[in-house]
Amino acid sequence: MNTWTGAGFQILQSVFVVLAAPLLMGWVNQCRAWLQNRSAPPLLLPYFTLAKLFHKDAVVARTASPLFRATPYILFGCMWLAAGIVPVLATGLPFAPAADIIALVGVFALARVFSALAAMDTGTSFGGLGARREMMIGFLAEPAMLMTLFTAAFISGSTQLTTIVDSLAHREFALYPSLAFAAIAFLMVLLAENARIPIDNPATHLELTMIHEAMILEYSARHLALIEWAVAIKLFAYMTIGIALFLPWGIAPAGDWRALPTAVAALLVKLALAGAGLALIETLLAKLRLLLAPEFLSAAFLLGVLGMLTHFLVQG
Amino acid sequence: MSTLHAALALALAWLAIAASSLVPSRNAAFARRIAFPLGALAGLGLAATGLAAVWLPLQTATLPLGLPDLPFHLRLDPLAGFFLMLLGAVSAGVSVYAAGYFRAEPSGRVALVAFQYHVFLASMAFVLLADDAYLFMVSWETMALASYFLVVTDHRQAANRSAGFLYLLIAHLGAIAILLCFGVLHGGHGDYSFDALRAAHLQPGRATLAFLLAFLGFGAKAGMLPLHAWLPEAHPAAPSPVSALMSGVMIKTAIYGMVRVIFDLIGNVRWEWGLAVVVIGAGTALFGILYALMQHDLKRLLAYSSVENIGIILLGLGMAMVFIGFGHPAAGTLGLIAALYHALNHAVFKSLLFLGAGSILHSSGLRNLNDMGGLIHRMPKTAFYFLIGALAISALPPLNGFVSEWLTFQTALQATLLQNGVVRSLVPLFAATLALAGALTAMCFVKVFGVAFLGQPREPADPSPLPHAGDAGDMERFGMAWLAAGCFVLGLFPTSFLLVLNRVCVSLGRAPLSEQALAGSGWLWLVPTAAERASYSPVIFLLVIVAVTLLTFFLVRRFFHGRARIVDAWDCGYPEQTSRMQDTADAFGQPIRHVFGPLYRMDRRLPGPDDPAPRYVLKIEDRHWYWLYLPVARAAEYISSKIALLQQGRISIYLLYSFITLIALLVFVR
Repeated sequence: MNTWTGAGFQILQSVFVVLAAPLLMGWVNQCRAWLQNRSAPPLLLPYFTLAKLFHKDAVVARTASPLFRATPYILFGCMWLAAGIVPVLATGLPFAPAADIIALVGVFALARVFSALAAMDTGTSFGGLGARREMMIGFLAEPAMLMTLFTAAFISGSTQLTTIVDSLAHREFALYPSLAFAAIAFLMVLLAENARIPIDNPATHLELTMIHEAMILEYSARHLALIEWAVAIKLFAYMTIGIALFLPWGIAPAGDWRALPTAVAALLVKLALAGAGLALIETLLAKLRLLLAPEFLSAAFLLGVLGMLTHFLVQG
Repeated sequence: MSTLHAALALALAWLAIAASSLVPSRNAAFARRIAFPLGALAGLGLAATGLAAVWLPLQTATLPLGLPDLPFHLRLDPLAGFFLMLLGAVSAGVSVYAAGYFRAEPSGRVALVAFQYHVFLASMAFVLLADDAYLFMVSWETMALASYFLVVTDHRQAANRSAGFLYLLIAHLGAIAILLCFGVLHGGHGDYSFDALRAAHLQPGRATLAFLLAFLGFGAKAGMLPLHAWLPEAHPAAPSPVSALMSGVMIKTAIYGMVRVIFDLIGNVRWEWGLAVVVIGAGTALFGILYALMQHDLKRLLAYSSVENIGIILLGLGMAMVFIGFGHPAAGTLGLIAALYHALNHAVFKSLLFLGAGSILHSSGLRNLNDMGGLIHRMPKTAFYFLIGALAISALPPLNGFVSEWLTFQTALQATLLQNGVVRSLVPLFAATLALAGALTAMCFVKVFGVAFLGQPREPADPSPLPHAGDAGDMERFGMAWLAAGCFVLGLFPTSFLLVLNRVCVSLGRAPLSEQALAGSGWLWLVPTAAERASYSPVIFLLVIVAVTLLTFFLVRRFFHGRARIVDAWDCGYPEQTSRMQDTADAFGQPIRHVFGPLYRMDRRLPGPDDPAPRYVLKIEDRHWYWLYLPVARAAEYISSKIALLQQGRISIYLLYSFITLIALLVFVR
């Protein structure tokens, strides 16, 4: 594949992810509203919200340091980078060798650390509370995520996401028990990392058990818009990682423009189903007490480890 | 002049600086303006020499010193060169910092510190250059003594004296084990040069004994579990530049010793040993960071975090031994490289963090995180450097901590090579431990930076010195900037150091990295095994993240606006907010106390509901004190109290002992 085609793929995909991410958010909200017998908000509502926020004047706390104002941009940059690593439409991404799955987890950790620091910056009680809880979720979710990815890495003998997806997508159909464990662990991590029920509730403010919302309470206008957008990209990235690892069929092989329409169609169908599934989970489950969150996540971590061990026991 | 002579001259220069700082006695200005900057220059020179020595053939020399018939042997090989580079580069930054740091101390003490400090540096250089057990032990003990006196610099505080005593005690336990290890290795030929030890063929049993003694002896110095207890006591007691050297460099000499004895002198590594090292390493890493999270004394926290990082290094070393023991030399080399890389990285960022802690201590007089807050507004430059150190130690890309953890993970992912099914599934478990420890480190340093630098001062302004705190001085800042730059260089250009370390491993008689790895690695790409297996490019990573962040910024400015109103913090609109309502360091650790409760020895007292002056007390102690140290101390006291019965303090009794001994000798020996 020549470099320019690759770069074209790369840029196209990153921009696609950044632009499509709020749509997924809207779709999940719509599905959830339907499932809960509410009249659904319009599908494009997240875009309108972002536009509204970008036009407003920002309000910044007097006690805030430059870190506070830089963080939304850093968060957005991190998520954009993540969107560039994950093979969403095609596997031939020239940027992908620069950052493998461990670096991908590192990007999410970088974003988490900065958002926690920004939350503590203004010196409000809710900010510190949110930062502490976010790091509590993170210290268990991050290793669980790594274990899931390592299971896939052991199967395909590589830590590069594109190579993993290539080898998983083009293998003969076989059931990997280790991947089953990994998939459950991944789902739990996805829920926790994206501040979803049962760990956190994205729909509420002013609830004493809030995590993510507590961290971003002091943000407004363009800063808030960037953070909300970054959150949407993060959800999109996690969903596509899950799809790439566990349902990789239909992705376009390296440099093949003609496979792209099929890939887009397959992705849209898979994402629509995944979004509806997420809404279903959020409707069926109740939010866990905050102190039970570590148990939920240590279960995810242990499932991930179990998946990795299963790989060695079964596939030997 | 060969590199060995240059290294020797620079080490001697440190000794000369040490001696000269005593001469103009009570002249602190000499120590500050001349001794420390000269020491920094010597360090810089030593770093360059060490780096050059990695690429040159090894050199040896014999010094006509020491005892008759027992001269000192010196040798500069790539392994020693690498560690000399670590010592020189880190100490250069620390010395510059020290030149600015000791400005408020009484002058006699500064001269004394300058003396001990440079003796300490020189002894570490000689530990690395030594090529026989004799010179090694002499330098090792000089290092221990010099650092002991530095630890008790502030000897008027009883806590520092007892910390120093504990340090000296465990250092000597370790030294005895190392001495015995050399004894076992040498097996009675009377030649204690490393060449002779290397050539000796050991029975498997003796080799294992030598390994255990070396592991124990060097592990005690490195702060390995359960011999770590001195580290969180002694490192914080010393002045901050010395803490930086002890945590950054001194414990790495123990890693050097371990690598030298196990991989070089014993040579024939067994996988069972590796498993022991990995298990202890995993325990050390997890324990260290869990206790670091519970600390509110900044320097103590950093010391516990050093324990964790030693654990990570041991994980790498142990995995290397497992792979080599099972006959996978290339994977073993990767593990060794990961461990040594982490040793270098930790030296850089931990020294940086200790120096930052020193600047905070200097400008505000505070070590307790619970009293700090909002320092970023008063010392923004220190905050910036400290943030770099904190991000680096949290293993976040694209800084240096990430590279070595990445390499350690890559080593663990080679587990599929192993034949033994149990070991094969154990190795990934240790990767899981490393992942957990890494994530906990991020939490720990969010706590440190968030509580100390962000937010607002937690104590009311009146008694708190915080409002008067100013930024660090020029020299201090320069020292920190040097180390912060090191975090970037080591993080962004890992391949150069990978090649250096590859050469070090080859010189130890290990296999080089695979051909694909060496072919795939350029300055841009880090490829530890093969390009299709794994690769990482920190430069591209950094460029992309900076580019997209800036692009976002300019797009937002271009299409929207940059207006902002500066107002009071909202905080959900609750009135009556005070800065005391922020999370303290203890509060930040609460989820960890909840999850890992049984690991701590906790004493918590909650105030009753109608207590007029409520006070919340929380004390967390190291469990090792209660199951290991105190019983041993009690046993030692009991035995010595029994032995003390012999000592009546009356001369006639002692004469009686001599008389009985004489009779006994006459009867039995004749």
